[in-house]
Amino acid sequence: MSSSAVADLLLSVDGVTIDYSGFKALDNFSMTLQRGETRVVIGPNGAGKSTLCDTIIGRVRPSSGRVLFRGEDISGLPEQAIVGRGICRKFQAPGVLPTLSVRNNLALAARKDRRWWKSMGLGIPAAERATIDEVLETIGLAERAGDEAGALSHGEKQWLEIGMVVATGAELLLLDEPTAGMGPAETSRTAQLILGLGASRTVLVIDHDMSFVEQLQASVTVMHQGKFLKQGSIAEIRADAEVAAVYLGHAA
Amino acid sequence: MDATLFLNQLFNGFSVASLYLLASLGLALSFGLMRVINMAHGEMLMLGGYLAWMTLLVVPGAAGIILAIPVAFVGAAAMGGLIQSTLIRRLSARPLDTLLATWGVSLILQQGARDLFGAVGVEVRAPDWLSGSIALAGVTIPSARIFIIAVAVLVLGSLALLLLRSRIGLLVRAVNQDRMMAAATGIDVKRVDFTIFCLGAGIAGLAGVMLALLGPVTPNVGQSYIIPAFLVVVMGGLGSIVGTTAAAAILGLFSALAQIFVDVSVAQMLLLVFVVLFIQVRPQGVIAVRTRALDV
Amino acid sequence: MSDPTLLQRVSKALPWLLLVLAIVAPFALSAYDLNLLARFMAMAILALGIVLIWGHGGILSLGQGVFFGIGGYAIAMHMKMADLPEGELPDFMLWSGQESLPFWWAPFASPTFAIAAILFVPVLVGSLFAWAVFHRRVGGTYFALITQALALAFATLIISRQDVTGGFNGLTDFYGIFGVGLSSPGVPAALYWLTLALLVASYCGVRLLLASRFGMLLRAARDGENRIRFLGYNPTPFKVVAFAIAAMLAGIAGALFTLHAGVVSPALIGVVPSIEMVVWVAIGGRYSLAGAIVGALLVNIARDAVSSAFPELWLYLMGLLFILVVTLLPNGLAGLVASKRA
Repeated sequence: MSSSAVADLLLSVDGVTIDYSGFKALDNFSMTLQRGETRVVIGPNGAGKSTLCDTIIGRVRPSSGRVLFRGEDISGLPEQAIVGRGICRKFQAPGVLPTLSVRNNLALAARKDRRWWKSMGLGIPAAERATIDEVLETIGLAERAGDEAGALSHGEKQWLEIGMVVATGAELLLLDEPTAGMGPAETSRTAQLILGLGASRTVLVIDHDMSFVEQLQASVTVMHQGKFLKQGSIAEIRADAEVAAVYLGHAA
Repeated sequence: MDATLFLNQLFNGFSVASLYLLASLGLALSFGLMRVINMAHGEMLMLGGYLAWMTLLVVPGAAGIILAIPVAFVGAAAMGGLIQSTLIRRLSARPLDTLLATWGVSLILQQGARDLFGAVGVEVRAPDWLSGSIALAGVTIPSARIFIIAVAVLVLGSLALLLLRSRIGLLVRAVNQDRMMAAATGIDVKRVDFTIFCLGAGIAGLAGVMLALLGPVTPNVGQSYIIPAFLVVVMGGLGSIVGTTAAAAILGLFSALAQIFVDVSVAQMLLLVFVVLFIQVRPQGVIAVRTRALDV
Repeated sequence: MSDPTLLQRVSKALPWLLLVLAIVAPFALSAYDLNLLARFMAMAILALGIVLIWGHGGILSLGQGVFFGIGGYAIAMHMKMADLPEGELPDFMLWSGQESLPFWWAPFASPTFAIAAILFVPVLVGSLFAWAVFHRRVGGTYFALITQALALAFATLIISRQDVTGGFNGLTDFYGIFGVGLSSPGVPAALYWLTLALLVASYCGVRLLLASRFGMLLRAARDGENRIRFLGYNPTPFKVVAFAIAAMLAGIAGALFTLHAGVVSPALIGVVPSIEMVVWVAIGGRYSLAGAIVGALLVNIARDAVSSAFPELWLYLMGLLFILVVTLLPNGLAGLVASKRA
């Protein structure tokens, strides 16, 4: 590994095991992410993809192993502290706040100072308002800014949540099945959205939909039964016999 | 400290724990299934007490006590079933509203008892073999308390057998673990809820018979046991029978042993402090169920 | 937008009309009725706090009577001490054979200390208690059950310590406050206006808080605590601060109520009264501040009318109210008005 690769290392998951009383959702799993990279994680149901996100974001604590972000161990920190360091996650089911307007959903996400005593004011600072407007354009919901988030369609909720993750200004975005429940047109819009995020952000996407993965043109990590299986370009993964066996249900 | 006093209170603690357990088992079972607490559960105790009293009016003596147990069980279970099917089922997605609505039921039942039986309360005359006491290693133990512990152990044993060995037990465990999945596999989830709710209310009615053996049955007799029973549920862990039993034992013993040093009212405050401190160590309760759901 | 309808105009003007009526009430009402109205307004201050925590924070407290009681007992202890010649004991302590003043009574002789206690002891107790539970992510039904246990323990403790708390009978027989007699001419009206002013101020304060980003985050924490956690917020302080503010409002309410009623006792603050406080808000509408004020006034007026004639009937009625409002009218009267207006 070259020295610049070490300098550009953003996240490293290092031998993590998550044990649900005997069932190992992650089994000595390791992977790394470089700054600015977009990576897709695929794998059959139960491979441990969502658990990987849970572990990075601090929802579950590893029984062994560590998670390093910018070289610092973040496993064991509370969720909000991990988010504060610059990681944000989009959940599988849309996680917008239904009773707030689209704009206010983004306002909460864009807030720089999240301590409670700084929340007594009424207005939104200009810098944060600029971020909100920019994100509204990016996700194409500018015209619906005043509507309650609960009134959005399923696809729009997904985009809003991606927008929220972006608005936090996090460096590492975890997107857990961003195209779940979407049709082909919405799926390619989502791919464009993610591609448009630019090189300043590192994105980890979990998805099943191979056409979506192809549109992202990213390298792919395959998981199986909580373990690392393969990594490579989408063409390499497609041609891999072991991956095919896993997806077809044969014992590898 | 006086060893006799300690042993006395220790034994007392076990009998208090038995009552807490009988009062909280139904709460814990339904809470595990439906995530709701029935605030009128204390009135199932009261109902059981009055039913025992009425049974003994008709059939005095030992036979009356034995008969009172099934009568109280069935009576309280029927009342529980009525509350569940008319009110709680309609509110199942709103746990806090269920608390308030069932509190309304509790008020009505208490006032109803006051109007029917009077505010003073009625005495159940325990048969001789229950009103005596046994001397054991210098400690005199009232027979009624031994009887209560025996009944609690028996109820717990049958319940465990029911949940682990029977078909309804299998259904309950399935719904407990994943309600949606259970419903998707064709289990009649509502019927499981109903059955368990009746069973829990019945157990509380049975506890009411035990209360009647200890003292007068009054319209608010349930209230003095129900709040500790709520704390047992808080401490026990979601829907776990083992956790509920352990929590009932801990709180019963704590409350009885604390009374060696302080009076009842301070013991009550200490009990609450103890539960809040316990939460600091084990917020998931005695028995923790690790789940993958986002919002429990 | 078309012309406002008559209904809209009336509903816009109504609050101001009611406020004017409330201000001139001392000139129109009998001393007895004015006193009742003042008591109920004090309770409405507490109800505002319940809207804050229950409606907007999703936190159901069945123990608001505890904070109401702290405020009530603090002012009552001050009035007991203020009436007292140097070195003497309050009447009830003499009757129960208490020989010296407990150390924690003495500072209440100072009016400043008493006022500070009314405002800050509920905040302190409330925030410690709420923090201990919420920071371990225990909430919802569990929190409601624990607050009920708190109400029970608090009331029982007061009853059992007859010699230093006045026990079941509570504290009563007050003569004056801050050097003026409670029944001297003009004083009841002045205390009424004080209550009204504090009610209006509390209403405006809570309203502003709910409109701020704090209110937004509180509602966000109610709808999805984990969501805001994954946006980098710690939801605990928002819930704790809301609970502390509700506790403070309850303390102020308790102190004002005690001034008007001339008594504070465990029967006013235990398990049953605490849960009754929730029914005021349930009837008025849990999300609506105005609804909470209306609910507190209406339920207490009804209670006064019914329970003096048929005390048993009131309990049935309240039980029924709980069941009906929660099942049929979850947004209370405010929800009914809003749907009519729409």
